[in-house]
Amino acid sequence: MKIASFIAVAATATLMATAATAGTLDDVKAKGFIQCGVTTGLAGFAAPDNAGKWVGFDVDICRAMAAAIFADPEKVKYTPTTAKERFTALQSGEIDVLARNTTWTFSRDVNLGFEFAGVNYYDGQGFMVKKSLGVKSALELSGARVCVQSGTTTELNLADYFTANGMKYDSVVFDSADEVREAYLKDTCDVYTTDQSGLYAQRSVIANPEEHVVLPEVISKEPLGPLVRHGDNQWGDITRWTLNAMINAEEYNITSANVDDLKANSKDPNIQRILGVSGDLGQQMGLSNDWAYNIVKMVGNYGESFARNLGEGTALNIARGLNAQWNKGGILYAPPLR
Amino acid sequence: MAIVKTERHADMPPPVTQTGVIGWMRENLFSSPLNIILTLVSIYVAWAAISSIVSYAFINANFAGETRADCTGSGACWVFIKARFGQIMYGFYPVEERWRVDVGVILAAIGLFLILSDVVKEKKWPAAYMFVFVPIACFFLFSGGYFGLETVETSQWGGLFLTLVLASVSIFVALPLGIVLALGRRSTMPVVRMLCVGFIELIRGVPLITVLFMASVMLPLFLPEGVNFDKLLRALVGMSLFSAAYMAEVVRGGLQAIGKGQTEAASSLGLGYWQSMGLIVLPQALKISIPSIVNTFIGLFKDTTLVLIIGLLDLLSIVKAGTTDKEWVGMATEGYVFVAAVFWVFCFSMSRYSVWLENKLHTGHKR
Repeated sequence: MKIASFIAVAATATLMATAATAGTLDDVKAKGFIQCGVTTGLAGFAAPDNAGKWVGFDVDICRAMAAAIFADPEKVKYTPTTAKERFTALQSGEIDVLARNTTWTFSRDVNLGFEFAGVNYYDGQGFMVKKSLGVKSALELSGARVCVQSGTTTELNLADYFTANGMKYDSVVFDSADEVREAYLKDTCDVYTTDQSGLYAQRSVIANPEEHVVLPEVISKEPLGPLVRHGDNQWGDITRWTLNAMINAEEYNITSANVDDLKANSKDPNIQRILGVSGDLGQQMGLSNDWAYNIVKMVGNYGESFARNLGEGTALNIARGLNAQWNKGGILYAPPLR
Repeated sequence: MAIVKTERHADMPPPVTQTGVIGWMRENLFSSPLNIILTLVSIYVAWAAISSIVSYAFINANFAGETRADCTGSGACWVFIKARFGQIMYGFYPVEERWRVDVGVILAAIGLFLILSDVVKEKKWPAAYMFVFVPIACFFLFSGGYFGLETVETSQWGGLFLTLVLASVSIFVALPLGIVLALGRRSTMPVVRMLCVGFIELIRGVPLITVLFMASVMLPLFLPEGVNFDKLLRALVGMSLFSAAYMAEVVRGGLQAIGKGQTEAASSLGLGYWQSMGLIVLPQALKISIPSIVNTFIGLFKDTTLVLIIGLLDLLSIVKAGTTDKEWVGMATEGYVFVAAVFWVFCFSMSRYSVWLENKLHTGHKR
């Protein structure tokens, strides 16, 4: 990633020039909306619907933040950003938060001067094959022709994985995801590899999705999450706990449907704390105490957002997998709200 | 002798096989065995291509419906384009404000018609209308904030509307600026000449994508935090300067084709520099550069799609974004075909206009 290191240098230079500013929350409250960086279009994560409204899993993070701050999820303005300019946009203050399926890595966190608020989607590189091949595991793929997109970390991960397992492969390299898919469909290669969320998205485009299977192996870690600038801890906290509140709400089975009932009747101290019936968690962050109630009421909990944008029943049809709650076989584990 | 014919026989038409469609076909398509084979093969290829296109785009296509579920045919599903037509045309421009875009486009279209056609001979008022009134009116109409019009931020502009804004602003700025640069490059004043040469060579030396990337990614880093130029404005400045550099070289080519005698004759008539340029040299130079100028415009129009990399959703990118809507996955082909058709219509009209203009201004220089 030459561009990343280039931006890193430039961003560091800027950081030195301009002292970290505080008070994003005040700025946001003053202007009356959150400026949120999203992708220019990624199925399930962020895309404009027929009416031109941005919808998606990442978009829900921004909507949840707006619900927490303004009690109105519509008070968000979206800036479509490309992979190359997303970090500059955040660095320069053009956007307040970047929710754009961005992998949390050391260099982005430390070197670029960002603060990742958590992980809203655990992604990882996987393999898709045709069911007719009868392959059940990636370890059976020795000698396979693998279609891969050029110039991505995907290519390197692929080489590492096959070398580590002592297997041979031929890589068939293409420039764009669409080309890779067409090549895979035309049997130019046996295996299609990219991030699993990408595999599901590509599979949803194929005429007979049920004839293709995504293998269980995940060969790289791609934790995706929203991020903000270094140096404004209050704003970072709001982003982090907005995400955590959504995850916690799912863990305690608080949904947009039953949240009013639970707020009025629940005796569970955890639920009371989350919904602001007891304690002053919201005020400690500079928000109102019903911030998490508003998130769940207006946007929904993590599971609802997942089901609406990515889950079974949508065209993407992604299983929860790693993204299930920690007590349901996944690794989604949010710190408690107390 | 009765067998000698005294009067001339009336002219007979040539044999049917030599004239009309049949004659033409015998002459051009079936004149030799090789040609017969080539003709048949060509007909077959054309038939195969056209029939598959027609069946894809029309016969097997879906036109009716609202959602993805209505895409039942094996051909194209134009429901996608239909459902998102407003978005493809106007981007995220608020629905109730879209009339403002329409009004602006109609004002500009009237101006273009007056300027470009032969209906009005005296071009002074149409020019004032087109180059002064229309830009100002469009600016206020599109962005609002005055006269009770609601402000519409440029981040909400998109689709074909944004493409047209990008292309027309760049063209409007590029042509005059390019002429100035071309004159400057041929100037005898060293500082002016060096500045112009430096600008042209610097800008021409880098790809447009780099200019846009600089404007979008590097510029904000050099500005203090919180100071932001409008993203669209940055793209517009970048594209205008870029195309001005190309335009300058096109115009310079035209200027060089005009003999030195023309300038000298103008000088001997007592015309100053600007008079001789404005009245004698430039009209001739621009006339012979028309094909290249239009070529640059067409290139520029298509280059507007590059704003995708800085996150502006023009015609192409808004369709692309639409195909990632999970309700419409897999509609990429329809989207791209539609975009290609729109671009073709615009570029082809520009090209036909340039042909018409060349013929109109044809004064015997053509070889």
